[in-house]
Amino acid sequence: MNDQPSRRGALKCLGFGGAGTLFALSGGIVTPISLAQAAADKTAVTGKPLFLQISDTHIGFNKEANPDVAATLSQTIALVNAMPEKPALVLHTGDITHLSKPEEFDTAAQLLSGLKVSELHTTPGEHDVTDAGGIYMERFGKPSGGRGYYSFDSSGVHFIALVNVLNFKPGGLGALGDDQIAWLAGDLKGRSASQPIVVFAHMPLWTIYEPWGWGTGDAGQAFALLRRFGSVTVLNGHIHQIVRKVEGNMTFHTARSTAYPQPQAGVGPGPGPLKVDAALLPKMLGITTLGFAPHPASASLTDYTIS
Amino acid sequence: MISATVKHAAALLALAPLRAFAGDADIVMKNFDFSPMAITVAHGTTVVWKNLDGEPHTVVGLAGAFRSAALDQNDTFKFKFDKPGVYKFLCSIHPKMTGTITVR
Repeated sequence: MNDQPSRRGALKCLGFGGAGTLFALSGGIVTPISLAQAAADKTAVTGKPLFLQISDTHIGFNKEANPDVAATLSQTIALVNAMPEKPALVLHTGDITHLSKPEEFDTAAQLLSGLKVSELHTTPGEHDVTDAGGIYMERFGKPSGGRGYYSFDSSGVHFIALVNVLNFKPGGLGALGDDQIAWLAGDLKGRSASQPIVVFAHMPLWTIYEPWGWGTGDAGQAFALLRRFGSVTVLNGHIHQIVRKVEGNMTFHTARSTAYPQPQAGVGPGPGPLKVDAALLPKMLGITTLGFAPHPASASLTDYTIS
Repeated sequence: MISATVKHAAALLALAPLRAFAGDADIVMKNFDFSPMAITVAHGTTVVWKNLDGEPHTVVGLAGAFRSAALDQNDTFKFKFDKPGVYKFLCSIHPKMTGTITVR
């Protein structure tokens, strides 16, 4: 059959597409490059991966969408540990646990300690703070004085962890709150606009789907403070699927979960676990890496699935 | 006879907002909503919430009077309302979910 080779070729390309899309950033302009193209041209993938984003591990979840979330997290960790050049940092963008139970935090900490990466930085998801944040802050909040939001520098990049899952208002989106926005203003004051910024928080900081609360009501005030920077990368979790947006110098990205997928915005009664075919599940779970190349200054986001 | 049956049915309907769903709960969480969203009870009543969704929910009083842990599927939460008043609550995981308890 004449169409067989071309069909096979098409499937191969689709396979690459499923593995991820790479974003190269140069001078604040972000250009998507397919992994197929990147694989064909090795020079397109430059720079050591600076960090890795892992999200929504939901340790404690045991329903049919994934009865063994510890196993899929272990598979994810094995994927990271097998990378030829491992990033120096891991950012966990929340929902470490499913029900904020101490034993769930214990299991998550034990599994995550298997990562062959030296630093783990976290921000809580709403599943981690169902007790109003006491257990999470006890375990992860000490460096930030129990606030949960903080910043640090690594390899010339300024990282900012924000918390948008406390103090929900009825019917509302995620919220940062006035205190946190004032802290952010102080954190960014006097900082060079040429320094790359990475902001990470659990719930999307831009509104993806308001009826399901997929957004952060007062994030506009944070964006106003970030807008003068030449390269801002905003990383979120929460929705268990990849959604991207580019607006000026700001790139927005949500990560996959390592536990279970969720429906696309507005499909079904609400943002609950999505049951998919067992063979399909590993293709819907994964992580994101981000690398920067110094000459010329450029950043790349790459998504990996565990299968 | 017919009118007696109608009266009996009406009496049952009047009770319907309480014990309407699972039999062991006054308010259930189902498909990302509290149901019913509003009930009225006499003071001294213990109200029972039950989560029927596969996704966890919480019951958090806005004025801070009560707060459940994360409720997994089929978990329940109880709170006794001693003082009359209007008590609004939400799910802190899905704040779109809201409800009201009026205590007489």
